[in-house]
Amino acid sequence: MPAMADETLFQLLHTQVVAAAYGAGRGSGDEGLRAGLTVLEGMGFRVGQGLAERLPQGALAFREELDTIKFLCRDLWGAVFGKQTDNLRTNHQGTYILQDNNFPFLTQMAWGQQYLEEAPKFLAFTCGLLRGTLSSLGIESSVTASVTSLPACKFQVVIQKA
Amino acid sequence: MRKKNKNKNNKNLNASWLKPYSLLQNYPLYIRSIPAEQELKFHYTVHTSLDVVDEKVSAMGKALVDQRELYLGLLYPTEDYKVYGYVTNSKVKFVMVVDSSNTALRDNEIRSMFRKLHNSYTDVMCNPFYNPGDRIHSRAFDNMVTSMMVQVC
Repeated sequence: MPAMADETLFQLLHTQVVAAAYGAGRGSGDEGLRAGLTVLEGMGFRVGQGLAERLPQGALAFREELDTIKFLCRDLWGAVFGKQTDNLRTNHQGTYILQDNNFPFLTQMAWGQQYLEEAPKFLAFTCGLLRGTLSSLGIESSVTASVTSLPACKFQVVIQKA
Repeated sequence: MRKKNKNKNNKNLNASWLKPYSLLQNYPLYIRSIPAEQELKFHYTVHTSLDVVDEKVSAMGKALVDQRELYLGLLYPTEDYKVYGYVTNSKVKFVMVVDSSNTALRDNEIRSMFRKLHNSYTDVMCNPFYNPGDRIHSRAFDNMVTSMMVQVC
């Protein structure tokens, strides 16, 4: 079942990518933490750009912003994580919240709240991924993530108005 | 809104032209023509066709049509050439210029050529050594374009 193995492989790779971003003496403390997050987010951004070209094969041109975000929730999440986001909220003024109650990168550390502080490192790549995909599709945005209780997390997308 | 433009000009008898345009400033990502001497003329043709592409795209945006295709079809016929367009979701535009005397090229073929172009461009995009917005130097892409133009000419 090659499809099932894909997700595990990507999760394992992602874990290593996070470790590599913080290993090799990149520095501890806030400075190092920020540097690592930037690296991960940048990586995700470039991957998102490529994904934006490859994924919508056969999909028709998006008519409006909401369509694009829905595409993220369904197709992008489906392709990368094998599931869809659980909830999408918007204030109809350019802010969208994508909620995932069982985020794959967080499930392995989700027994209790012990690793809550480490969670941002595992969300940075995905933030970049979302930003990169949107950017390729013509939408400039800023994406942040927040976790209150593992393994659920929320990604907040704020569209930059020109 | 960012605009990327990729132009491919394909001329039947002697000339093929490929020209991709890229974002914001609408500059070309890739240009190819057979033969190479007539490039300047094609530059002009393709550049003016960008306006038509924009028209079509914005027209589609306003129409309450469920289906929005990526293939734009015949943009406009000039006395010598026919110009075809295709735009991707990431606003990359492909423009193809074909000699009018080539009547053998049917719509289906043009569509499949654009599809191949799109697929090759996607591969270029996913190449980690390629920075989005740069000119395309990929050999695989070149080979694909060459084989396509040879097929037509």
